[in-house]
Amino acid sequence: MKNLKALAYQLREDAVEIIAAGKTGHIGGDMSIMEILTELYFEQMNVSPENWKDPDRDRFVLSKGHSMEAYYAVLAEKGFLDKEEVTANFSKFGSKYIGHPNNKLPGIEMNSGSLGHGLPTCVGMAIAGKKNQQSYRVYTVMGDGELAEGSVWEGAMAASHYHLDNLCAVVDRNRLQISGTTEEVMAQDDLHERFRSFGWHVIDVADGNDIDQLKEAFEEAKEKKGKPTVLIANTVKGKGSPVMENKAGWHHKVPNAEELQQIMQDLEERKEAALHE
Amino acid sequence: MNKIADKQVICDVLLEHGRKDRDVMVLCSDSRGSASLTPFAQELPDQFVEVGIAEQNLVSIAAGLARCGKKTYAVSPASFLSTRSYEQCKVDVAYSGTNVKLIGISGGVSYGALGMSHHSAQDIAAMAAIPNMRVYLPSDRWQTKCLMEALLEDEEPAYIRVGRNAVEDVYGEEKISFKMNEATVVTEGDDLTFIACGELVKPAADAAAALREKGIFARVLDMYCLKPLDQESIIKAAKETKAIVTIEEHAPYGGLGAMVSQVVCQHCPRKVINLALPDAPVITGTSREVFDYYGLNAENLVKTAQKVLQDV
Repeated sequence: MKNLKALAYQLREDAVEIIAAGKTGHIGGDMSIMEILTELYFEQMNVSPENWKDPDRDRFVLSKGHSMEAYYAVLAEKGFLDKEEVTANFSKFGSKYIGHPNNKLPGIEMNSGSLGHGLPTCVGMAIAGKKNQQSYRVYTVMGDGELAEGSVWEGAMAASHYHLDNLCAVVDRNRLQISGTTEEVMAQDDLHERFRSFGWHVIDVADGNDIDQLKEAFEEAKEKKGKPTVLIANTVKGKGSPVMENKAGWHHKVPNAEELQQIMQDLEERKEAALHE
Repeated sequence: MNKIADKQVICDVLLEHGRKDRDVMVLCSDSRGSASLTPFAQELPDQFVEVGIAEQNLVSIAAGLARCGKKTYAVSPASFLSTRSYEQCKVDVAYSGTNVKLIGISGGVSYGALGMSHHSAQDIAAMAAIPNMRVYLPSDRWQTKCLMEALLEDEEPAYIRVGRNAVEDVYGEEKISFKMNEATVVTEGDDLTFIACGELVKPAADAAAALREKGIFARVLDMYCLKPLDQESIIKAAKETKAIVTIEEHAPYGGLGAMVSQVVCQHCPRKVINLALPDAPVITGTSREVFDYYGLNAENLVKTAQKVLQDV
């Protein structure tokens, strides 16, 4: 499916199926990052099962590791994993398909789960690329609530100090975290200025659930030389169905039968709309 | 008296290998001087990464580099490396399985009067509790060299702790026997066994020499490999000698003494006495003064050995 807008909705359906089968998952954040992952994996990044061992492959770390169900859907669509196997085993006793990235599985570079680790590890990967004069790019996706972790800013400092223009971070700015709005929990509304003051090139993506806007932002990031780029992607938590959109309670809620039916119907309608756009 | 600190030897080994292998990389957190790594940073600047005073970042960046094929050595004071960066060591290094060697310098109570913030009396317990993390405390410069050479050959995570100052030799250039992950028998003996690690191996060897004068034959095991622990040599000692005395520069919980006791209790019950630092901020002083105050010296080992042999 090369229509990435429709694909993002298809992948949402896959992620919801995984959550429903496993009776667990972080559905709100899964939904908000789906266009970001779709654009990265099906347009921007040079990574696939075929080149997985290639030292020149692009690197990706899901720093907000709890959005794993979205990542499973993407990795399966990409051919790294088998969707049926993931769905049947997710979170089950003894399963290798756990609720956070596990690099024993193909397609996954680093384990995460605890927040604030992705950016610093990506700094290491980007420095390695510079040292080896390789052309690969390094991407990470962080949550906005995650930015309260001090280690994020240690990484941000080092990325600009070492002029890592091969590094692009994305902030999933959905403005909600488990206890409420990000502004209530730990305010960060001067986020763009914060990253700028750390020496980053900052791109505001007005609609972080819009494939076209994301594509434009990632292309701009590639052209920016001498400093790392961060995309502040303004997304909607729970994107795809009014049942869960912009509701903090859906951070890790498992839909009941009725909600599930409604969510799948909403996602299908939006997929169809995207196909006929 | 030896004037060469173990950390100096680490720099020498890394420089020697770094010259031949561009993938050998050293990272410091504003600690290159303390770590004696200035020569490495000057000679191989392209293989050196300064991260500033940011130990969490130090470990994560090292893990990212390792994921891209680098053989990374993250070097920082043991106190900060083992606890400030604990989660990065757990997740980015051990759990992700990256080839990062964590070198804790100025370990134990090396920083003396600087206080508990700078002491690493918890690092053995903390690091050993992480799956896929090895823990080594070499006893002198010769063993440090052998250990570093061995670690350069593998691609697994490890934590290594060395002290700040030069310590007296336990071995010599020609007289060192080293097998990876096997305790070194420093002295043979069948009356009792001293099991020691790090800087306290030398006092154990001295105590064994003093006891020999009194007709008591103490075996001395240099358990530089805390994890994987050389259980076989511990069980052998428990079977062949009448008692075991452990000595370590670590808190009384979760260190060498606790590990040895666990093995002995399970496989061959025998009296075990643990000599360690107290469960409290240690008294102000140099390493030697602190060791003497808490009885972590040859003199107290001799007394302890004589007493335990009367009791068993």
